[in-house]
Amino acid sequence: MPKKPHTLSPAPGHGAGDGADDHQEAELHLLMQAIYSQYSYDFRDYAGASQKRRVIKALAQLGYPTIPALQAAVAQDPAVFMQLLQYLTIPVSEMFRDPLFFLALRQQVMPVLRTYPSLKIWVAGCSTGEEVYSLAILLKEEGLLDRTLIYATDINPKSLAKARQGIFSLASIQGHTANYQAAGGQQAFSDYYTAAYNAAVFDKTLRDNITFADHSLATDSVFSETQLVLCRNVLIYFNKKLQDRALGLFHESLSHRGFMGLGSKESIDFSAHARRFEPLNRLERIFRKLEA
Amino acid sequence: MNIQQVAARHAVEAVVIGASAGGVHALLALLSGLPERFSLPIIAVLHLPQERDSRLADVFQQRLGMAVREATDKEAIAPSTLYFAGSGYHLSIEMDRTFSLSCEEPVNYSRPSIDVLMDSAADAYGPSLAGVLLTGANFDGAAGLARIKQRGGLTAVQDPAEAQVATMPQAAIRKLKPNLILTLDGIRQLLIQLDLNHAKP
Repeated sequence: MPKKPHTLSPAPGHGAGDGADDHQEAELHLLMQAIYSQYSYDFRDYAGASQKRRVIKALAQLGYPTIPALQAAVAQDPAVFMQLLQYLTIPVSEMFRDPLFFLALRQQVMPVLRTYPSLKIWVAGCSTGEEVYSLAILLKEEGLLDRTLIYATDINPKSLAKARQGIFSLASIQGHTANYQAAGGQQAFSDYYTAAYNAAVFDKTLRDNITFADHSLATDSVFSETQLVLCRNVLIYFNKKLQDRALGLFHESLSHRGFMGLGSKESIDFSAHARRFEPLNRLERIFRKLEA
Repeated sequence: MNIQQVAARHAVEAVVIGASAGGVHALLALLSGLPERFSLPIIAVLHLPQERDSRLADVFQQRLGMAVREATDKEAIAPSTLYFAGSGYHLSIEMDRTFSLSCEEPVNYSRPSIDVLMDSAADAYGPSLAGVLLTGANFDGAAGLARIKQRGGLTAVQDPAEAQVATMPQAAIRKLKPNLILTLDGIRQLLIQLDLNHAKP
């Protein structure tokens, strides 16, 4: 079907539809506009369908009857905004998720990075840190951690605080052991953490070279030159315009022939920057920067 | 009402299909009888056990005349194409009728979830959507199908007596009164009729 402007299709909900729902798109838009004006968090260019699902979930769990009611509460109380922020960002992560991606990093990217005297790596949208610690473990095993500075950035201060602690639920971590092994892990995974009660406390030396920082792909600019950018399963929550902005930042940050790793089903094919990167490993979504 | 009458009341522009246990077989049986010129886009969520990189699209492409592929993030929905949701990610349809993926938590223990696809498709297409639910052993799809109906779309459920596993169609029938409860042959006739109506000037 050719892409039609939405106004040409029959009005959603016409006849059998429920009136309240027809306003939700507009209400969501107003909510995001208000959040941006008051708190400078910019969710206006997030993909609509998942954003709507998460706001509706927040309505139910935080106990607001409608989006305007939530908006009024957010306007009055920054604590309510902080609660809503936990829904607007998606803290679903696991260690060594997609082990073959990490195996490809180890086999195809690390040999090149090893030739640099010092390294800077940017993990953009690091959420609660599972991916950052996975990367730190990989770098340690490749003998590169000591000369690497990792910038782990996110917009959610609660997620960043959790990431900084490096404490994860023991049950979930044990589930990630198979991932670690499939990713070419060279030790026992348990060598990297201490089990305490139901928690896995990760080796503090892993984060000696990690800087956790607040950074928004929607509103902030590039802060450093890097040789590798990891941004996995973040761009899927953005619309095309915001994806383009983020990919532009990555391109700008990367040094000559730098590497970029995306999520296993993410694509740059529909981006304005598609031709500014070349695939190194198409299946695992690892790219290299091309010069203009 | 019979198939012709229901089809005549709906100007459908896309079809979403959900299936779980027994779904590969049912979906192949349903779609392999479609004419080669079939032009409506079909978007399917099929629950599968394996974690990653299902080869569903390949399997179906070998048996079907229409183009088959896994739906890609930000891709515009094209006619004459069967799209599958890839494993490990929810598949949604945006208001501009492009796809989006997400790794939000599973819904009904499923990711991809039929409810997620159908909910978002109901928003994007309103009354010009047909939702079909086939065999399966869980309750995914019932809420999504109800949502399609609420927004004026056409809903059809596989006859539980024919379904390999009746749980999923039964759950949907209990939750809403679908426009049609049909065998796979009946659903195929319905799709063909909807496509003919769609092709008319």
